[in-house]
Amino acid sequence: MEKFGFFISKGRQINYDSNDRSIAEYIYEREPSFRRCIECGGCSATCTTGSMTKFSLRELHILIKRGENDKVMESLKKCMLCGKCILVCPRGVNTRNIVVLAKQAFQKSAAYAI
Amino acid sequence: MQFDPFVIPFNIGLNFILLYTVIRCVVWFRGLSRADKLRMQRGFFGTPFAQSLREIFLESLLHRKILKTNFRLGYMHMSLAFGWFLLIFFGTIEADVFGTRHLNAPYRAIFFRFFNPEHGRMGFESVYGFLMDLILAFVLSGLFLAIIKRFYSRIVGMKKTTRLKPSDKVALTALWLIFPSRLLAESFTCGAYGTGSFLTGTLGSWLASFLPAQQLAYPFWWLYSLSLGTFFILLPVTRYMHIPTELFLIFMRNSGIKTGDKTGSYSEVEVFSCSSCGICIDTCQLNTSAGITNIQSAYLMKAIRNNSNVAEIAHNCLMCGRCDQVCPVGIELSPIRMIQRRAGENDIAYKNTYKDYFRTRQITASEKPDISPVYNFLPEVNPDKADVLYFAGCMTHLTPSIKNSMVRILEASGLNYKFIDEDGGACCGRPLMLAGQDREARELINYNSQLIWKSGAQTLVTSCPICYKVFRESYYLDVEVLHHSQFIKNLIDEDIVKLNFLRKRVVYHTPCDLGRGSGVYNEPKEVLTHISRLEKSKFEDDKSLCCGGSLANMKIGSQKRSLIARDAAAELTRTSPDILATACPLCKKTFSSATTTRVADIAELVAEALIVSSVKRSTNKKIFSAKELAAIS
Amino acid sequence: MSKHVVVIGGGVAGLEAAGRLSREGLDVSLLEKDSITGGHLNRWFKLFPDRRDSSEVKDYLEGLTHANNVKLFTNVTIEKLNRDKDHFSVLTNDGKELIADAVVVATGFDLFKSSRKEEYGYGIYDNVITSADLEDMFRKGEITAADGTVPKKIGIVHCVGSRDEKAGNLYCSKLCCVTAVKQAIEIREHYPESTLFCFYMDMRMGGAYYEEMYREAQEVWSVNFIRGKVSEASETIDKKVVIKVEDTLAGRPLKMTLDLLILMAGMEMSEGGIKLAGLAGLKTGDNRFFEATDHHFGSNKSNVEGLFYAGTCTSPMNITETISHARAAVSEVVDYLKNS
Repeated sequence: MEKFGFFISKGRQINYDSNDRSIAEYIYEREPSFRRCIECGGCSATCTTGSMTKFSLRELHILIKRGENDKVMESLKKCMLCGKCILVCPRGVNTRNIVVLAKQAFQKSAAYAI
Repeated sequence: MQFDPFVIPFNIGLNFILLYTVIRCVVWFRGLSRADKLRMQRGFFGTPFAQSLREIFLESLLHRKILKTNFRLGYMHMSLAFGWFLLIFFGTIEADVFGTRHLNAPYRAIFFRFFNPEHGRMGFESVYGFLMDLILAFVLSGLFLAIIKRFYSRIVGMKKTTRLKPSDKVALTALWLIFPSRLLAESFTCGAYGTGSFLTGTLGSWLASFLPAQQLAYPFWWLYSLSLGTFFILLPVTRYMHIPTELFLIFMRNSGIKTGDKTGSYSEVEVFSCSSCGICIDTCQLNTSAGITNIQSAYLMKAIRNNSNVAEIAHNCLMCGRCDQVCPVGIELSPIRMIQRRAGENDIAYKNTYKDYFRTRQITASEKPDISPVYNFLPEVNPDKADVLYFAGCMTHLTPSIKNSMVRILEASGLNYKFIDEDGGACCGRPLMLAGQDREARELINYNSQLIWKSGAQTLVTSCPICYKVFRESYYLDVEVLHHSQFIKNLIDEDIVKLNFLRKRVVYHTPCDLGRGSGVYNEPKEVLTHISRLEKSKFEDDKSLCCGGSLANMKIGSQKRSLIARDAAAELTRTSPDILATACPLCKKTFSSATTTRVADIAELVAEALIVSSVKRSTNKKIFSAKELAAIS
Repeated sequence: MSKHVVVIGGGVAGLEAAGRLSREGLDVSLLEKDSITGGHLNRWFKLFPDRRDSSEVKDYLEGLTHANNVKLFTNVTIEKLNRDKDHFSVLTNDGKELIADAVVVATGFDLFKSSRKEEYGYGIYDNVITSADLEDMFRKGEITAADGTVPKKIGIVHCVGSRDEKAGNLYCSKLCCVTAVKQAIEIREHYPESTLFCFYMDMRMGGAYYEEMYREAQEVWSVNFIRGKVSEASETIDKKVVIKVEDTLAGRPLKMTLDLLILMAGMEMSEGGIKLAGLAGLKTGDNRFFEATDHHFGSNKSNVEGLFYAGTCTSPMNITETISHARAAVSEVVDYLKNS
């Protein structure tokens, strides 16, 4: 049974049961506006880094919320904190703080030690 | 023999505090860099010494700056500090002149009345007694205000007063007891002997009329000595440490020592010089508009002193610099906050070894282990050669009216210019610096610097004060960096563009990073005076407000920001001007949604005022660079 | 003597309410700030979902008021509105004082001023227009870019001034999505060679036959729908508009050059309404629209007895809903006057 489970978790599905959502919880607690995102993509559209690399703040938001944390930290480092995303966001999400908090959460969490 | 056991607590306290202060100052001095040590040594034997004495008299005793900002609060500080000083000064003379011998131990002056109860009956003695009573009354009036302030801060013209920790409370009680106990001790003694002037004499004879004054005087002398002793012993672990520290700070500052970007003796002395007067709290818009009352500079200084949660406080600040302007002690509050931001959350800021009395110097943040570049995705660019570079900045791309106006003005100028971030460029690096991430910022700075070098330009014009500040302070560039308001001012002065008069009433808002941050106050106003009727607001120049949009604050959300923006816009448009002008894309954007008055950047107004014939100059191939122009004129 | 009712606002709700009240045998005065009645109907050409001519609705509404002898006052604004005991006194800008037993407020909405979203460049770039500007073009029968040429690639931005904290409006204006679909179809009908792109955050097609229009737009008219909020627009040297958006479903940022960009301006509480709220002490909500006493069974009632709301002065509504709401207001007025 265990073996079988191992194979399933290797699949494409987001395993919501076992994924680690502690990073998301860490951010929710400190920056409640994280919950307000409606995935409109305004932030990623205006983002300078996003126009040159795969970095997408919107995508990172949803990955963290689903607990798909692999490679998120690598991506987060590319943010320049310029703040255009804050000016664009229709939901008033404090995007820069989320980037900073996410980095902090990853650094504090032993599971993602780099 | 003029001695009594009750003077022992005072003697212990006084000797302790004197010794402690000397040791502390020596430790701080030894912690200075070599250059700063030399500065101090040179300062001690030069004019800075005289300057410092003058400043100590004006600020530490008279509290001139507080008097100017808030008379009642200033009077409170002055009466306590200057009054106490006078009491000691004239008390010492009194003991010297009227005492049994010269050069007395301090306690003989402080407890003069106890040892000389018969003193002051007639002639010059009584005049002197009157003077001493007057000084005591002066101190007591300040104490009265201080007690009121603690409970009803509004009466002294303060909206908020600082919160206290337990040791502060004990020290405060001791401080409050000092002068009333002196009053009562002296009064009882005078009452028993029929001496004393208008205060101690009158009160004394009244008390003696129904109380056994002779017997009661002694316990009050004990109380007086005990409260003094307690106060001195507790001084190093309370905010009152600011009293001796501030003197040292003044000497250091006048010797030319600056805060710098790492913790050192100077920043530590600054932190300990904060008297928690609370003027920064009243000035802070996060308090007055957004109701956040635990992050102001006074609290930051306290948190650093107490080694409590500094990171949260350090990052929750607009960095508008208004508190630096009003701080009566002259502490460089923003640079200290930046040091804390750089230190990061995980690093221990202070290491205490023996409670609060002895502490080692701050351990500065260790180098981040990860030094691999993170912005290496930025493309290599080979810009065209140009004389003038225009760097709009990230924010300006979201305010196309500013960007378009600047392009029109640059076209009209006929200068050989290049719009380097037309299709969006790398960030200037200041937002990262404000978040304490200097190493990452340095990468962007290097990238942009290369771009600027390659273009061979002599002048760099930017529309964003955030970029302007970092270009000037943290880039090593061989170009003249101008904010667009300065650039436009040059164009007008050199008669390169001709402008109409707009017949509009304009109020100008000085952006924080341009004004207090970079010292550019006049050029924008001169440009506006040239094209419109510029009116004054209550918040001119270094008193200017923050729009609330500041990128420096990572913590507050959009609602708090709009509270600040609305209040600031309401203040600035009080005279109902036609236009609220500013010189920053972020200020413009923030104010636009906070007021119904038209908000416009200087560049927009200048573009509107451009006389069409001058636009034709763009076809004129005669090209001036700003440096050439400077050479011609 | 019959009771007198003053109706403020001569748009869809005001006309319907005035006509119906008059038909109930009441003496009705209708006050309109413009020189003509009809409100926003005058600006819109064809209506969704059946694309009938807006003049048909206007004719019906004006016919109703004419047939029932409503006293119409145009170019009138309100200076004072007080309630004294059991009647209202309404003072107008031309110095008239009307005494009324009941008042119906039908001040309607204003379109969001799109220049407030500066990053979209309305009023700065020549080829950025609003949905209302496009209706003007429809009425004239020619849709052109600023230089008079035929636009081939056209973008439509949803939610301009709606669902946007930065614009100060948290609510959904409800009608912009369907307006976008309607206008996209109309443009495609007019210029079959044009390509249309709708940039939306969510498609909110919650009305009778709206979703069907959406299907038709995709299937019959080949309108492209891209899910993402446009972050900003810029202008090329030849005056084309370049927009930046994230194609959120593809997960990549997208850049597109367009001949014409149309902004779907949302609905806001009218300036006249805000002024009236101040004059008469009427409660407004966080969204600045008038706040009725109950969402479910008091949507016409105000906090002032005898004063009722009709139509979009309380929240965004389509014409069908506005007319229903106006009729409900009429029944509230009749009830109120019967019992007072």
